[in-house]
Amino acid sequence: MSGAGDPFAQREIALVDLLDRLLAGGVVLAGDITLRIADVDLVRIDLKALISSVNAQVPAPWPEGLEGLGGLEGLERPEREAS
Amino acid sequence: MTDDLRYVYAVCRPLDAPLHADLTGVGGAPPRQLAHDGLVAVVGPVPERDFGREQLHARLEDLDWLAATARAHQSVVAALATVTCPLPLRLGTVFRDDSGVRAMLQDESDRLRRILDRIDGQVEWGVKVWLGAESAAEAAAPQPSGAPESGRDYLRRRRAGNAAREQSAARAEAFARQLHEDLSRYAADARLHPPQSGPLTDAGSGRNVLNSAYLVPRARSEEFLELVGRAEGTLPGLQVEVTGPWAAYSFTDDPEAS
Repeated sequence: MSGAGDPFAQREIALVDLLDRLLAGGVVLAGDITLRIADVDLVRIDLKALISSVNAQVPAPWPEGLEGLGGLEGLERPEREAS
Repeated sequence: MTDDLRYVYAVCRPLDAPLHADLTGVGGAPPRQLAHDGLVAVVGPVPERDFGREQLHARLEDLDWLAATARAHQSVVAALATVTCPLPLRLGTVFRDDSGVRAMLQDESDRLRRILDRIDGQVEWGVKVWLGAESAAEAAAPQPSGAPESGRDYLRRRRAGNAAREQSAARAEAFARQLHEDLSRYAADARLHPPQSGPLTDAGSGRNVLNSAYLVPRARSEEFLELVGRAEGTLPGLQVEVTGPWAAYSFTDDPEAS
């Protein structure tokens, strides 16, 4: 089933394409004890670090002039000294 | 092991043949078929230490673990796709035991059948359009050679460069829109994904102006690919990339809900 002549057994798929489908696609089922819809959402929240790094360089949907506001991001970072 | 959980890869109609004996899934465990009332869930045992509620959330933060799990998930779905049109589940769908999986097949039976009907005989193709970072702007407006003669000349050149970049971006977007329209007309269904960028994408690929998925009858895939191929090379600086065939990951919403 994973032989060489098999059209689905192709060259290695780029991770970004794989995650595009496996994390955003696929049917979402309200499951059993372990994972329910809410947990699927949690999974996505847990992936925030990855997703936000993935999305960090997406061209902004607003004019270029506002890009300078990116400097404000620093305000959201917790200060080590503060805690 | 009694404390193993059940990882579900996909749901499909009953298969004519057994799964390949060498096939392994998440955690190296072989998947098996769990049939219930005319539907089959393809499931594999996974350890609670990785897939319990808290553990899974922690594990998903680990990109290497996530990548290995995603590849294992995909390899099972891809193997299924050679013998049927599987309905793939989202990564990390885990149940406590077999009876939980059966209950799911029972409760979701109508929705699963509707989606299986839609994707029957179809495969998914991914199409991406990339605008090369500099090449497109250069193609649109060749830079004059030599150093600028004055400050005014420098500004004029800069403005021309910006205008050329904006122009090539606008042309790329128009091209992507047109390509998407053409391919959508040919496909049974189409979905737009958010553009790709960031550390996981190839640094040299430029800007992603189209990231879309098309549901295409397996038998017409060749024509579909020809259609994509014809679009390639029609605009300088633009790359058209095809991925697939995929199982229909992007077409798993309920047809009745839309």
